[in-house]
Amino acid sequence: MATLDSTTTIQKDFHLDSDAPYVDVKNLHKSFGCQTVLDGINLAVRRGETMAVLGRSGTGKSVLLRIIIGLEQPDSGSVSIHGERIAGRSLDQMCGIRKRMGFLFQQGALYDSLTVGENIAFPLQHHKQNMSPTEQRERVMTLLAEVGMESAVDKMPSDISGGMQKRVGLARALALRPEIILLDEPTAGLDPISSAEINELILKLQAEHSMATIVVTHDLHSARTIANRLALLNEGRVVIQGSYEALEQSENVFVREFLNQS
Amino acid sequence: MSWKGIIVKQGMAPVETSTLGVVIPPQRSKQAIEGVAGSLFARINQFLEWFGYLMFFFWRVVRAAATPPYEFREFYRQLDEVGSKSLPLVALAGAAIGVVLSLEARYSLTRFGAKSMLPAAIVYSVVQEMGPIITGLVVSGRVGAGIGAELASMKVSEQIDAIEASAVNPYRLLVATRILACIVMLPLLTLAADLCGVFMGWVAQTLVDPISLTSFINSGFKGATLHDFLPPTFKTAVFGFIIGLIACFQGMRTHGGAEGVGRAATSSVVLSSLFVILADVVLVKVILICFP
Repeated sequence: MATLDSTTTIQKDFHLDSDAPYVDVKNLHKSFGCQTVLDGINLAVRRGETMAVLGRSGTGKSVLLRIIIGLEQPDSGSVSIHGERIAGRSLDQMCGIRKRMGFLFQQGALYDSLTVGENIAFPLQHHKQNMSPTEQRERVMTLLAEVGMESAVDKMPSDISGGMQKRVGLARALALRPEIILLDEPTAGLDPISSAEINELILKLQAEHSMATIVVTHDLHSARTIANRLALLNEGRVVIQGSYEALEQSENVFVREFLNQS
Repeated sequence: MSWKGIIVKQGMAPVETSTLGVVIPPQRSKQAIEGVAGSLFARINQFLEWFGYLMFFFWRVVRAAATPPYEFREFYRQLDEVGSKSLPLVALAGAAIGVVLSLEARYSLTRFGAKSMLPAAIVYSVVQEMGPIITGLVVSGRVGAGIGAELASMKVSEQIDAIEASAVNPYRLLVATRILACIVMLPLLTLAADLCGVFMGWVAQTLVDPISLTSFINSGFKGATLHDFLPPTFKTAVFGFIIGLIACFQGMRTHGGAEGVGRAATSSVVLSSLFVILADVVLVKVILICFP
């Protein structure tokens, strides 16, 4: 009992500590068969901070996000959300943690049998039972207004473009007012204008909601625009972590090559 | 092995030959046997692995279904998907069975001078076996393929991951509701198939040899007890469980884009039909033992 009490005290103290990371990834390893995807990743993201995880395709950036939200299990290492380790938790226990997180999938992953409005209302219907249907509708319209998609509320996902699907996916990820948001390639496959719009949207949402944000991308321009800190991955390891200026000043061969090619 | 032959000469061990009479060395023959045995072993191993995963999947579904929050809205939607939308097909299949049984049984029973037994033959055949198994197979085709393809499509497009990321348990929302809907609706659909089968059996008979529906029913159900009809009808709840579980399992474990979706739909139908037939054999025996 004494152990439980002391743990509770530590966690309370942790929440009071504003400098403590919201997302803390320590020595993460993940392999698929004989292919090592993540080989000792360490990352920490604080409230109000946006970290961009960069790297070539297939370097495990998306796997990292999936591990952080618990969709994949790491081989070793740990992920802590608000100081709570997510390893070994059941699906229902993970649901409690995920309510504080939002995830934008690379392809949007909108429910194709539901309208845009119903897609955004989905998390509200499951976790905000105290909200009346009218309040839920109002929240949906507010979220759609934030991403500039009010007119698409009754459309099916198949009737809107890829960029619009990402906006709707972003609105759905924000539905529960998360403290942490994970964005998987938010600008991939979009034209430059749509990419710029998504970048502006992320900056606006970050300013309004002050979340801990992790953005996985291979778009250096996008990363530079929206992130406070960048982490560059190569062969499953973080090659460099810091501001864009730190990357520019790096003498590392891979960093130089990545910056020159981007 | 049509390309092989075996030559047995007096006082000699059998020698394996090809169709051209060339003797196959014992070493190659041994290798072939080992190859077949290895392949068989791999198949058995594969099946046991699949079955192990299925049981693990089932355990996760039970745990999800037994704990709140309960997904009533999705459950009602699935009752409609599985029940109302399967009703026309099941009713048609039941009606066809009734007509065919009437035509076939009339010929056989007339030959043995037992034409008066025709209503009972139709009623018992339809209610005790044909109705339940036809319903099971029709639903495994329509619903099994539908569930398998729907969940597989959601899986490959990351919609199931999105449900999980939205802090909703997909086993509770997608799987438990579908399995329960299949368990509830199969007996009801079987009743509909039985009704249509008996009614169309009467229609087919009365067109040839007019008989009132009341007389047909009275004659058909003469001496029957609830034990004759309830167990065969309610055994289809087991068929529903099998169809729901296998279709959800195949859908949820798929991978590989459109090809994976097709594979999941096909395997859902094939495996659920196969296990429905096997379960029918076992359940008939169990019913005969429990309700002699």
